[in-house]
Amino acid sequence: MTAPILSLQSVSKTFFLAGREVRAVDDVSIDVAEGECLAIVGESGSGKSTLANMILGVYPPTAGTIAYRGTPLPARRELKHRRLIQFVQQNPLSALNPQRSVGVSLRLALDVHGIGKKSERRAEVGRLLEEVGLPASFMTRAPAALSGGQRQRVAIARALACRSEIVVLDEPTSALDVLVQARVLRLLQELRKARGLTYVFITHDLSVVRNIAERVAVFEKGRLVETGATGTIFSTPERPYTRRLIGAVPVVTDAEMALREQLTEEFTGERNESA
Amino acid sequence: MTSPTLRIDDLRLSFRTWRGLTEVLHGVSLHIRKGERVALVGESGSGKSVTARIVLGLLQELKSSRIDGVVEFEGRDLEKLSAAERHKLRGTKMSMIFQDPTTALNPVYTIGMQFREVLGRRVKGISQRQARDVATAALADVSIRDADRILASYPFQLSGGMNQRVMIAMALANEPSLLIADEPGTALDVTVQAQTLQLMRALVERHQTAVLFISHNLGVVREFADRVYVIYKGRIVEHGTAVGLFADPRHPYTRALMEAVPHITGGGIPEIDEESAAFSAPMAVHEGCAEPGASA
Ligand SMILES: Nc1ncnc2c1ncn2[C@@H]1O[C@H](COP(=O)(O)OP(=O)(O)OP(=O)(O)O)[C@@H](O)[C@H]1O
Ligand SMILES: Nc1ncnc2c1ncn2[C@@H]1O[C@H](COP(=O)(O)OP(=O)(O)OP(=O)(O)O)[C@@H](O)[C@H]1O
Ligand SMILES: [Mg+2]
Ligand SMILES: [Mg+2]
Repeated sequence: MTAPILSLQSVSKTFFLAGREVRAVDDVSIDVAEGECLAIVGESGSGKSTLANMILGVYPPTAGTIAYRGTPLPARRELKHRRLIQFVQQNPLSALNPQRSVGVSLRLALDVHGIGKKSERRAEVGRLLEEVGLPASFMTRAPAALSGGQRQRVAIARALACRSEIVVLDEPTSALDVLVQARVLRLLQELRKARGLTYVFITHDLSVVRNIAERVAVFEKGRLVETGATGTIFSTPERPYTRRLIGAVPVVTDAEMALREQLTEEFTGERNESA
Repeated sequence: MTSPTLRIDDLRLSFRTWRGLTEVLHGVSLHIRKGERVALVGESGSGKSVTARIVLGLLQELKSSRIDGVVEFEGRDLEKLSAAERHKLRGTKMSMIFQDPTTALNPVYTIGMQFREVLGRRVKGISQRQARDVATAALADVSIRDADRILASYPFQLSGGMNQRVMIAMALANEPSLLIADEPGTALDVTVQAQTLQLMRALVERHQTAVLFISHNLGVVREFADRVYVIYKGRIVEHGTAVGLFADPRHPYTRALMEAVPHITGGGIPEIDEESAAFSAPMAVHEGCAEPGASA
């Protein structure tokens, strides 16, 4: 069997703050298969962003290892590792340098990682923009002159510019209206297929998770408490916390309401039995 | 009838940029009565946050902005207040939960110091100890138990959702008569989100607070709001009660928005066009939802 593209083994991260230890990530082990979209959901403050930062190499784990195709990644990442794993965050405005035009931002990503011949990079920037559904003429625009959805597409183009294999997305669409969100999510799906990308998708929006991820990992207080196929997690969640989570999703249709109620009922039923 | 807590009439906004004037708001009118929860939903970049910033008097300070129209708070025209009077309203009678807590919280002060400053606007010279006690209770309301650590932290040492909850706690601490909540739940897990909504609901009931609730999450809006305004490209395109609007969305843009919502029962990511000529159809106003004192 080939090694998973990303493998986390007993990864922990402890911060020290005001004389106290904060176990942000606590002994997490999980494999990510090549080409899959793994959603990470869970409590606020449960360590999701901290985990993302470790995968990206922003800081090393306090303990445990992160391996890429079976080879442990060093604490200080080399350029080639940074190229492989890219990041798309919630707020695209703060992610893009406001002083730089869209074209310059994308060009820089190509330059840093030495992608393609110098003479071809300008054309590559145009091609990248077209790949995310923007006209090549957007090159000259400043980030402030774009809508939220357009900016997020630029951020995605930049994450793809260096031919990355894994993209970590932290709430990539929660700042967008649902129409634009649908467009960006479809784009992400298409790109994943076309380029064979692997996504680690962090979000609080379980309705999005249901429709985009193959697998879901649920975090609670720094620990990974449940993983499973998306359909299974939503129809028969095992952990009480997962049920509470799905039971609290704000919904708009009666069918969704029924699913929520069913999960909540089962949950309270069980509680009464065990009491 | 007493005047609404907030009344906005024919609000227009443009920015001067190096490429000329960009118009952002094209005559927005809305109102919120005491104790009412009113949602403003719509396109990213359609002008929701700028509307909120004008109400707070923040955009007026910006040299590049041009603002026309009327904004009345408890019957008083805000234009006629002095800068000092406006400043006094902010953070006491009017407060706002900002969309992006990382820009709204000051990175160089601890949460504890920032909380004390906010509380000090209402209770002059509040002691450190008093401030800490009030802040601890306010944080407990948003399910933050380890208040000591949080108050000693700088914003970068907290998770996105913790910062957002801190902002919510600060905005509610002075019991404002108008609360503007700009995307208050985006960084929160749904269980905490439900709790904060419950908290806002309780505040509304206890103090008859008027709430302007800005959100992309239609499920939350459906559960929380009494009335809804839908905005598209700087114009209100539909206005109705929450019940009426969700049961019978009339404007093509509102309908497209509703169809684009992903469902926890599955079904994939909906395929709907982001743009359509139909979205520029005239405004749809549901029965009984006219603007008070509108210049007909
Ligand atoms: N640089 C830091 N210094 C100290 N503590 C930190 C730091 N970064 C994160 N933490 C703490 O680690 C814990 C996990 O934070 P993290 O940002 O990973 O949560 P999260 O799951 O992403 O939450 P959210 O859903 O709210 O974004 C929190 O208790 C946070 O206060
Ligand atoms: N200071 C400014 N100078 C120039 N243009 C601005 C300024 N502030 C906002 N704008 C523009 O005004 C428009 C409305 O912005 P606003 O932040 O109100 O959108 P929004 O409805 O809150 O969107 P979102 O849902 O994405 O938060 C946008 O096109 C934005 O680019
Ligand atoms: Mg986070
Ligand atoms: Mg906004």
